[in-house]
Amino acid sequence: MSIIPISYYLVLSAILFGLGIVAFVFKRNVITLFMGIELMLNAVNLAFVAFARAHNQLDGLVFVFFVIVVAAAESAVGLAIIITVYQNRQTLNSERINLLKF
Amino acid sequence: MFILDHLWIIIALPLLGAAINGLLGKNFSKTIVNSVAISAIALAFLSFAELVREFAQLSAGQIPVVKTYFTWITAGQFKVDFSLQVDQLTIIMLGVVTFVSLLVHIYSIGYMAHEEGYYRFFSYLNLFVFFMLTLVLAANVVLMFVGWEGVGLCSYLLIGFWFLKQSAISAGKKAFITTRLGDFGFTIGILLLFWTFKSVDFGTIFKQLVSTPPEAAVPTGILTTICLLLFTGAVGKSAQLPLYVWLPDAMEGPTPVSALIHAATMVTAGVYMIARMNPLFSRAPVAMFVVALVGALTAFYAATIGLVQTDIKKVLAYSTVSQLGYMFLGLGVGAYASGVFHLMTHAFFKGLLFLAAGSVIHAMGGDQEMPHMGGLRSKIPITFWTMFIATFAIAGIPGFAGFFSKDEILEAARASNPFLWALGLIGAGLTSFYMFRLIFLTFFGKPRYDEHKVHVHESPHSMTVPLIFLAILSTAGGWVAAPHLVGGTEYFDKFLHPVFTMYAPAATVGAEGAAEAVEAPATMLLHALTGWPVIIALAGLLLAWWFYIKSPQTPKKLADSLRAPYTLVLHKYYVDELYNAAIIRPLLWISTNVLWHVVDEGMIDGTVNGVARVARDSGRELREIQSGNARSYATWVVIGAVGVTVLMLGLWGMVR
Amino acid sequence: MTLPFIVFFVCAFLAVLGALTLILAREPIHSALALILVMVSLAVLYLLLGAEFTAAVQVIVYAGAIMVLFVFVIMLLNAGVEERTDYSKLAKFAGLPLGMFLILFLAHWMAHSFIGQQIANGVAGTNTSVSTRDLSAQLFQTYLFPFEATSILILIAILGALVLAKKDE
Repeated sequence: MSIIPISYYLVLSAILFGLGIVAFVFKRNVITLFMGIELMLNAVNLAFVAFARAHNQLDGLVFVFFVIVVAAAESAVGLAIIITVYQNRQTLNSERINLLKF
Repeated sequence: MFILDHLWIIIALPLLGAAINGLLGKNFSKTIVNSVAISAIALAFLSFAELVREFAQLSAGQIPVVKTYFTWITAGQFKVDFSLQVDQLTIIMLGVVTFVSLLVHIYSIGYMAHEEGYYRFFSYLNLFVFFMLTLVLAANVVLMFVGWEGVGLCSYLLIGFWFLKQSAISAGKKAFITTRLGDFGFTIGILLLFWTFKSVDFGTIFKQLVSTPPEAAVPTGILTTICLLLFTGAVGKSAQLPLYVWLPDAMEGPTPVSALIHAATMVTAGVYMIARMNPLFSRAPVAMFVVALVGALTAFYAATIGLVQTDIKKVLAYSTVSQLGYMFLGLGVGAYASGVFHLMTHAFFKGLLFLAAGSVIHAMGGDQEMPHMGGLRSKIPITFWTMFIATFAIAGIPGFAGFFSKDEILEAARASNPFLWALGLIGAGLTSFYMFRLIFLTFFGKPRYDEHKVHVHESPHSMTVPLIFLAILSTAGGWVAAPHLVGGTEYFDKFLHPVFTMYAPAATVGAEGAAEAVEAPATMLLHALTGWPVIIALAGLLLAWWFYIKSPQTPKKLADSLRAPYTLVLHKYYVDELYNAAIIRPLLWISTNVLWHVVDEGMIDGTVNGVARVARDSGRELREIQSGNARSYATWVVIGAVGVTVLMLGLWGMVR
Repeated sequence: MTLPFIVFFVCAFLAVLGALTLILAREPIHSALALILVMVSLAVLYLLLGAEFTAAVQVIVYAGAIMVLFVFVIMLLNAGVEERTDYSKLAKFAGLPLGMFLILFLAHWMAHSFIGQQIANGVAGTNTSVSTRDLSAQLFQTYLFPFEATSILILIAILGALVLAKKDE
């Protein structure tokens, strides 16, 4: 069995990360925005695992573990915030949430 | 050798007096104020007397005595010490300054008795003496300049003593600014002096002049430039053409001030400076000629103006300008000792004239116009006789002090340049004329004032005693320099001889000796008594007597027939108006339109306001970023992240 | 074309497809489902890389819990088609170029940079997968402190979520 060059994984990771950014910037629905963030995190996870394999070390995998855990915590809190915002502003359009200004 | 070692005492005494009177004088009674001031000067004078005694015990090799007290400035090669020196010239100047200022101080007790600001006056007077003594005792040109500027300051303060009077303030400003112009040249001269000789110390400079071999000597052109620059300072300070305009206006100050500062001491600073720098000047013939020319022209010019003035102090002011011209004429033709001698005699008789004029004004209740006077001779006898003696002295009548000094100068001028001699001679005649005119108008004839309104009374003793002292000196003072032929001791010239020959270039030493041994003694006596100066002086006296006593209507007729020249001279040749139009107005215009509007408001304010404007406007622009739109914020976050990523990976190459 | 390559490209294709669907979908629920697809394909990739435990955790926690949470919230809030508002000029004009630039930059860098080459060339060729035992040994020994800190983090997150989502009394 031949080995897939690690750089392939990395390129894929890069593409997914970039797409995650595009999603984050372009989508108006805050929940979808959030999903863009999750996509970015996944892309990074992939990179970590690829590097772990490349250097033959376990540290990358441990890190992935932590990223997943933190992502979970973060999405829980984030979604709670979104729910609160929806309860106050009755909208999920990020452009309508415009009180954070001078 | 107490005083010789502690020369600073002479300077410190008036300074102490000025400080005490200035800081605490407001609370003192008049007696304490003048006691402090007068004792300061009296002690300075006594120190001078002691100094003379000690000086007499020195041998020739020890002169000049230089005492350095501390180093004032050190900047690389430029080193200025607070060092004082004493040589024969210093002794003469010290004597004149301390004695005349002592008499003026005593006089001021009476004259200023009813004035507000009594303590301020005496404080300023003492301060002035301090600066003048510094100027005279200085052993380097920078310290002399300190004294130079300081007397200018005190002159400004004292001219504008009655500071609530607009004309007095303007006169003070005029004096200061006009002398400033001269001081500018003086400063550049000092710079050039330092640049050439690498030192500002007199002894060092003069030794350099003498000891460098001819091929390494300083080029004459540079010496001439230095001398001319220094002379511009003298032109300002000693009121020669064209910077004399401040002296007539300075008569706004109290009369003791006019006597001390504008007759005896400050205005002679220029003469002293050139006498002190004689090694330099002797090596720059062009500069000497300029000095003599300016002196002669001024002597003549100022005398013409003095002919028609009606204010008694203005006549004396123009007379001072004229006599200073004589001193410069003397210096310029190489007769340094004669110039200094005239300085000394002038201090006596001009100081006396001013103080006596002050006495007249005091008697007239403040009126200074001669057409309002007349017949005062019987009413204020002491004033009259002393002033009369002084007039003989200034006119150059034989036997009085002025004759000897003026005669010496004119003799030296004749030997040097006939044109200058002619100017000086005519000026002497004019001097005699206008001075006797002054006397006749003031003291003789019928009173032209209302006897019921003005109560003419003699001045108190504090004012008349100094007058008497000065009158004695105006008579006897001349004999110290009188040539052998008339029984004098020629002491003055001999006394000052070392000062003017120690560093002189070889050529002139011989010439001076030659000039002295011209004729046999007896013929010289006859020559002196029938010489041109005497004839001219007597002619002036007679003419004045004719005009103002014998046929008093002649002046008016002459003035009417020569209307145009008369008006020209009466208005002082319109010089002040000329300066105003040609110099002052353009300067004011430039200051207002260019410097104020363009530079200050436009550029400086513009820059400062511009910076503020940029900050405000850019702030306003940047504020738009915070729109409140969450989506924009998200994009900004991404921009930042991408930016950092690119920087890290690409440009900084942190991850290789 | 060996099996690993085929699997890799299929999974990669699916992942990218899922990402694009996430961007282009009109309904949020479609985006959520697309994200699940991405996660699952990534899990397969992890398997390919020999990280079995990670693949399992990815599916269980990420796809199984987090995405479920997302779907739950979408349904709770009845998120429909989003309206087309256009207030942010910055996002409209700078967003796409930014994304494209980043993708290309990173991809280029990954593929052609020194590390990329090194990784591509000098990979130790083991096909063995990582044992869970070794992983847990690392986790509980070297990384014990972060582990404990993370548990506290989760605790805080729970509390936060509770407080935030509570209805006002």
